[in-house]
Amino acid sequence: MLTARDLAVQRGGLPVLAGLSITLPPGQALVLTGPNGIGKTTLLRTVAGLQPPLHGSVTLPPEGAAYAGHADGAKATLTVAENLGFWARIYGTATIEPALEAMDLRALRDRPAQSLSAGQRRRLGLARLFVTGRRLWLLDEPTVSLDAASVARFAAAIRAHLAEGGAALLASHVDLGLDRIATLDLARFRAAPSAPAPGGFDEAFA
Amino acid sequence: MIALLIRDLRLAMRAGGGFGLGLAFFLIVTVLVPFGVGPEGTLLARVAPGVLWLGALLACLLSLDRIFALDHEDGSLDLLATAPVPLEGVVAVKACAHWLTTGLPLTLAAPALGLLLNLPGPGYGWLTLSLAAGTPALSVIGAFGAALTVGLKRGGLLLSLLVLPLYVPTLIFGAEVARRGAEGLATATPFLLLAGISAGTLALLPFAAAAAIRINLR
Repeated sequence: MLTARDLAVQRGGLPVLAGLSITLPPGQALVLTGPNGIGKTTLLRTVAGLQPPLHGSVTLPPEGAAYAGHADGAKATLTVAENLGFWARIYGTATIEPALEAMDLRALRDRPAQSLSAGQRRRLGLARLFVTGRRLWLLDEPTVSLDAASVARFAAAIRAHLAEGGAALLASHVDLGLDRIATLDLARFRAAPSAPAPGGFDEAFA
Repeated sequence: MIALLIRDLRLAMRAGGGFGLGLAFFLIVTVLVPFGVGPEGTLLARVAPGVLWLGALLACLLSLDRIFALDHEDGSLDLLATAPVPLEGVVAVKACAHWLTTGLPLTLAAPALGLLLNLPGPGYGWLTLSLAAGTPALSVIGAFGAALTVGLKRGGLLLSLLVLPLYVPTLIFGAEVARRGAEGLATATPFLLLAGISAGTLALLPFAAAAAIRINLR
């Protein structure tokens, strides 16, 4: 589903990870671990296509991946249903009911996002994944500000997603209790600090 | 794409969306001018087309930094960039939503404000027409400027500095159409140039803006 070969990624013009190869088959989840600043977010953003890799290649399924970052992308003045409905229309999904059900948002559907608590807002951000219809999920700290019940609910949702042949690449410090899970410690792939970033955008102004 | 347009229009109409802000600003600027230059009718009639165009342009500038900055802050710009919609289309749709909530109301309000500045009779039609043809260029150029400054904290001032010089041709030809129309002269040449600027910016700048956003998202 996801193949990355000899990947090197950069943040702010400095290489952070190098020589990284990932193979993620359908039905499997891969958890990225490592200390703060090792490059988990940078790697996920590179895989999502938000920034180009320094080196190497990323192969995604033809329909792409669904990315969920630190920010939830929820519009404060729109209601939960309006926020989800917008993404459903962007991704061509007919209904938001399964997404509301999966993250237990039914009771909150007509509440504006600005009146949600941090955890509820996070659940709204995660519910977006279910309307994308994408098989590969890229999740950056998905369980931040979720309570124990919501973490369990989200873990169950990931399990269901994997059972349907989906895959997930996630950066998380929380054990989600998944069965088919692999862990990748990024500390092994830390790039040499002195290696220069070739062809950086800032080079033109140096 | 339609979904994005509807969302942006809905956001603009909701509380704090900024709809009507530009219109109120336009009204206040127009009301202030006679206090500044004096109530003499002939003088006001002479400066009216230029003042109205300048007022509309500045009113348009007010809401530009909202085009992408808000989406960048709450993370939806990242999500839109990874969504199955081309970023060029996102820029074009967001510029269109900006025009519908800013340029179009300004165009419709301009004749009423022309009355306050003693705009000569034949000028009303041409003023409306020139604003209708020119304000789309203001929105698209503004969207490009907003794309350039998207990651910057408090980039609004820099945005104004970047965008105002780019507004010069639109202002020159737009105000010229309104002035010549008000004086009963031929308006074809400046009007065609104004429409050409709008068509050209609409065709090219979404691509430039999308490229700028991609770099700023890195």
